[in-house]
Amino acid sequence: MVNCNWKATFRFITHSPKSFFQRRCIPPSRNPTFLPSASTSEFLCLGQRVFPFFNSLSNRVDITEGCIGMPSAVLRKCYGSTAGLVQRNPKYSTLNDEDVSYFEGILGKKNVIQDEERLVAANTDWMHKYKGSSKLLLQPRSTHEVSQILKYCNSRCLAVVPQGGNTGLVGGSVPVFDEVIISLSSMNNIVSFDKVSGILVCEAGCILENIITFLDNEGFIMPLDLGAKGSCQIGGNVSTNAGGLRLVRYGSLHGNVLGLEAVLANGTVIDMLKTVLKDNTGYDLKHLFIGSEGSLGIVTKVSILTPPKLSSVNVAFLACKDYIICCWTDQNCFNTCDVLMELKRLEGKLLQEAKRKLGEILSAFEFLDIQSMNLVLNHLEGTRNPLPTMHNFYVLIETTGSDEAFDKQKLEAFLLHAMENELISDGVLAQDINQSSSFWHLREGIPEALMRAGAVYKYDLSIPVDKLYNLVEEMRTRLGNVANVVGYGHLGDGNLHLNISAPQYDDKILSQIEPYVYEWTSKHRGSISAEHGLGLMKANEILYSQSRETVQLMASIKNLMDPHKILNPYKVLPHSFSS
Amino acid sequence: MKIMVAIKRVVDYAVKIRVKPDKTGVETQNVKMSMNPFCEIALEEALRIKESGFASEVVAVSMGPSQCVDTLRTGLAMGADRGIHVDSTATLFPLSVAKLLKALVEVEKPTLLILGKQAIDDDCNQTGQMIAGLLNWPQGTFASKVIVDKEKQVATVDREIDDGIETLSLDLPAVITTDLRLNQPRYATLPNIMKAKSKPIKKYTPQDLKVEIKSDLEIIQVTEPPKRKAGVMVSSVDELINKLKNEANVI
Repeated sequence: MVNCNWKATFRFITHSPKSFFQRRCIPPSRNPTFLPSASTSEFLCLGQRVFPFFNSLSNRVDITEGCIGMPSAVLRKCYGSTAGLVQRNPKYSTLNDEDVSYFEGILGKKNVIQDEERLVAANTDWMHKYKGSSKLLLQPRSTHEVSQILKYCNSRCLAVVPQGGNTGLVGGSVPVFDEVIISLSSMNNIVSFDKVSGILVCEAGCILENIITFLDNEGFIMPLDLGAKGSCQIGGNVSTNAGGLRLVRYGSLHGNVLGLEAVLANGTVIDMLKTVLKDNTGYDLKHLFIGSEGSLGIVTKVSILTPPKLSSVNVAFLACKDYIICCWTDQNCFNTCDVLMELKRLEGKLLQEAKRKLGEILSAFEFLDIQSMNLVLNHLEGTRNPLPTMHNFYVLIETTGSDEAFDKQKLEAFLLHAMENELISDGVLAQDINQSSSFWHLREGIPEALMRAGAVYKYDLSIPVDKLYNLVEEMRTRLGNVANVVGYGHLGDGNLHLNISAPQYDDKILSQIEPYVYEWTSKHRGSISAEHGLGLMKANEILYSQSRETVQLMASIKNLMDPHKILNPYKVLPHSFSS
Repeated sequence: MKIMVAIKRVVDYAVKIRVKPDKTGVETQNVKMSMNPFCEIALEEALRIKESGFASEVVAVSMGPSQCVDTLRTGLAMGADRGIHVDSTATLFPLSVAKLLKALVEVEKPTLLILGKQAIDDDCNQTGQMIAGLLNWPQGTFASKVIVDKEKQVATVDREIDDGIETLSLDLPAVITTDLRLNQPRYATLPNIMKAKSKPIKKYTPQDLKVEIKSDLEIIQVTEPPKRKAGVMVSSVDELINKLKNEANVI
């Protein structure tokens, strides 16, 4: 319910008329020295014309001043950040009429889309940061059709970009140039569901929220939940190894996906659609497709282990004075033994038992800072601060269990202890689902609030929990008052969403952020992409988180599986490795 | 001045209601139960009146099975001073509730009785009117604004009616039932949740209050509303007109 607002906005943005996208986009004039050293030489030696992404759009500026009453800040968001300059690889063929007729032969005219309005939507990512200029959108309805499409594209050396709900944040789901878009939206059937084991098999185009609703009726839940659930598709979730809000409880998709079916670049269908939990027969190749962002194959079906729905959900929204305390609370929550030991002076075996019991009900541990809170309160209608005063940090804890009275008692005991020890300065405990949703909305609404606030530079980083917030503070000092630096994220996973909000995109701000953020993260042995993937935005930055040898091996795998590099080109791997 | 507020434990507003397979009622086993949203508004209003200095005590009352104590704890955590639980496992219809409330009013002697305009489970919208009748007190139902004048012992109530806003002046003691727009209820903060644990909840049975629980109503069957049929795409205006004329019979 609370999500409605956000979803409505989202749909509005997703399905806006084409005029919306036809404004002139300011080509980023990046200074090559900001490119990471690994690929600088590659870029410099390109020599000739280097295309800004939006080249294709800049020649259709005509019509559209003051189109549909959107705030101008949103309209101006036509800016690709990192990796601002890529050249179209000339080895790819250009689409011709014969190709179109061939696709029409396979898919039927209806599923071969050349309509400009629909192409504009499919060419643009939801932040309006990345825009391609594809002339063709294909909507296969079966694995066989995907296979036929790829077989043909491979023989013709036509580049393709697989697309799900197009909710990615790193420009991975839209074409860079004229790649053919293969949308999985029409493959949206649930194939089977086993009520005993909770194993769901479905097609890649199923929208996450529809799966959640389906499972809810069966008494199960998805191990994955994220803000974009109303639009994102399971195939995309798996291909990007989406993390989300429940990872702390249910783990990543590498654990929950039991099997999948994927189509390789040459059209070969790889059936790994296992519905067993244990399978030690050779290399577990499904993992190659989880998180490889469609660069090794197109995921067409997935099999997922879903946990049973538990009836008792409690949500607490807590305030902390400073981050150290906030993070200490976090550790306490995991080492609940400490809390219980002090509470009940339990020892040995009993203590272990208690740790298990408390540990099992924790299902989310999220944090946001006062800057994030202010953004949400200022930009999202119907939000209010649950606490009487503002605090520097907020933590949202969710527990999910099977016994309401028991869980509540546990949580209250933990919270009481935390209050007594001044780990938290204030807090509220949701008394009904409506209140839970409004607390969640404060956390889940941050990306939307940031969108409304103007331009935003988004970084999704894994950093050791104790140092996580240092980066936010350092960025704040570094940027001074030119931008609003906000930090929030999945504290339970050590995942910081560092967002830098400015009135508009500005190269000067960008040069202050990158590569500093990546270098800082690398120095602390973190990951420069915790859950968003690399896409186009961070393809060239992979070396900050992976060794050269590892990336080399990745490139070899890519070469083996997709020798013509037709699958989602220019993304994931550095351009120096992939060409 | 004392304010009494009736709060009901109902299936949570956000839960998808399921009808029991035997059609005797809706499923309440293993379903999240919460305070009726209109009762939350009633309690919030009482607390605001108390905070403006017009009342000295807010007493929350709930009736039903033992789990109603949880709902009362929520009320106490929001700020009510004490709770009363009328323990009854029997189905309580509005008239029984009104009779029980009347008995409690005679014990507690509040100046103001505030209730939600209706409960979201049975949507009866009767209890407030019935208790006002039984007590012979003035009533301001569907209140969207309440102002209490302690000196004159008068409550001014704005109510949303079809023609607009009606303003009533009620002599105290009186009954007020609350509408959605009256206020936005507060959250239960941790310190208040902790404090609520030590606030007293007094328990009564219908026998203690000398009220016989019986009803002239009998529920015969509870069924789900018919499922909406999927729409059809018509291929021409003629077909549409034909369908409107011959199938829907609307033109």
